[in-house]
Amino acid sequence: MLSREQVLHVARLARLELTEEEQRRMSEELTKVLDHIERIGELGDLADVEPTSHVVAVENALRADEPRPSLPAEIALQSAPESDMSGFRVPSPGPAPA
Amino acid sequence: MTEAASLTAAAAAARIRAGELDPAELWHGYRARAAADDCNAYTWVAPDGDPPQVDREAPLAGLPVAVKDLFCTAGVPSQAGSRILAGYRPPYTATSVERLANAGAPLLGKTNQDEFAMGSSTEHSAYGPTLNPWDRSRVPGGSSGGSAAAVAAGSAPWAIGTDTGGSIRQPAALCGIVGLKPTYGAVSRYGMIAFASSLDQCGPLTRDVTDAALLLGAMAGQDPCDSTSVGLPEPVALPSRQDLRGVRLGVPEELSGEGIEPGVLASFRETLDRARELGATVEPCRLPHAPHALSAYYLIAPAEASSNLARYDGVRYGYRADGVDDLLSMYTRTREQGFGAEVKRRIMLGTYALSSGYYDAYYGRAQKVRTLISEDFKAAWERFDFIATPTAPSVAFELGAKTDDPLAMYLNDFLAVPMSLAGIPGISIPSGLSEGLPVGFQLAGPAFSENALLDAAYALERSIGFDAAPWRHAA
Repeated sequence: MLSREQVLHVARLARLELTEEEQRRMSEELTKVLDHIERIGELGDLADVEPTSHVVAVENALRADEPRPSLPAEIALQSAPESDMSGFRVPSPGPAPA
Repeated sequence: MTEAASLTAAAAAARIRAGELDPAELWHGYRARAAADDCNAYTWVAPDGDPPQVDREAPLAGLPVAVKDLFCTAGVPSQAGSRILAGYRPPYTATSVERLANAGAPLLGKTNQDEFAMGSSTEHSAYGPTLNPWDRSRVPGGSSGGSAAAVAAGSAPWAIGTDTGGSIRQPAALCGIVGLKPTYGAVSRYGMIAFASSLDQCGPLTRDVTDAALLLGAMAGQDPCDSTSVGLPEPVALPSRQDLRGVRLGVPEELSGEGIEPGVLASFRETLDRARELGATVEPCRLPHAPHALSAYYLIAPAEASSNLARYDGVRYGYRADGVDDLLSMYTRTREQGFGAEVKRRIMLGTYALSSGYYDAYYGRAQKVRTLISEDFKAAWERFDFIATPTAPSVAFELGAKTDDPLAMYLNDFLAVPMSLAGIPGISIPSGLSEGLPVGFQLAGPAFSENALLDAAYALERSIGFDAAPWRHAA
């Protein structure tokens, strides 16, 4: 069972605000999904199994280190909700922690 | 339905090359059909006006293509089915779409999808659900449901989509068309809005196997902008195989019985009989870890998604919540308002699986199960050329039937995710009807076996003789 406190903790890590209703549903739904998922526990000890993070054997896909043009700043800024001079504008993070 | 629009893409291309069909006329016809689409398959359709300049001699001869919304297309809305990308027009185009354009397939429209490709029904779209052209009270499957519905309804000659855990194959099955998930790395992911980077792969949704080969051939290839892309070892050949003599088909017990509708199983077994008649040997086999694939998938994909979707923070593009005056609240409220329920669920699940204290038991363990599943397939290839399963456990279900039960929705994917985790190619071809709705037959092969896979699927397709046109079945 994923408690309301755990849901709030994970939401904080994920930078998600959740309404009261969403917190309740998330706790119920994730519990149900995790109950199913936890069946991988049945496979027992997997200490000798190597994890797979990538399926195709590619090593060091390198290219020549040659400068080439990249996206011009004005185009990169074009989709920004707010921009100023040559940067993305965001609200203040607030006062520095003491 | 005009005569030109009833042709497969390959047949239309041949007519264009022979000077018997005017590509501009074909473009206008499809554009008008896409604009008049009543399945909500499109989120954007190319504006009426001068048709794109096409070269009749180009490999794709001017046949326009419908493209899943999550492919970045310069200057054209690319919203990945999400409110958080509402109105987003990227400054660049995905490599796969660019390659298709260069091969003579201009962009016809962008197709609807589950938000960030998370879903199996195209109901999780901020732009409304897509309807199945076979029965408009049913889902087209997902997440590439818009692409599948567009091809099935005949409003596009062909389409591309993405498959992370079945998102090409399952909608193709539910819409009665062909869908191919290539080997991971065959096609560049550059410009595909990311869901789960170690699984995402782009591929064709088409009216037949020949069209799938033609489209794949134009898209595949190594791309300096995607360091995980490797291309295919040989050019994609147009399939021509007439029989299956000498082909060994393995039917995994774990993926051909329990949890599958009787009508789907009946069509599956009929198709196996056809394979035998064509000369194939068909034998049961085991993929012992396949029953755990869904669990591993629903840890790995959400974990990668929770990381990939961290970029939607209201800073550089897309939606930003109004009326917040500190940075942290701007992030959290933007994400609260911008993401839909399913995306939030996956982000939460993935963040939980990666969080301190749970990483080893969930994400770490899932990566090991992924190894075991790959090893199951490797062992199978010692005895078999291909693995055959139904593509989806049921025919198209009714709209709303599974939206309140996430686990029921996830269980839809259990026949498709083992191949995704192993990175191997899988193709779904229509094998017949059950309750008047299409059933998909899946063939999967070893990594980079696309040519052999397409050839075998082609021989089966010819034997089945499925008419992929819902309007003719209704008549």
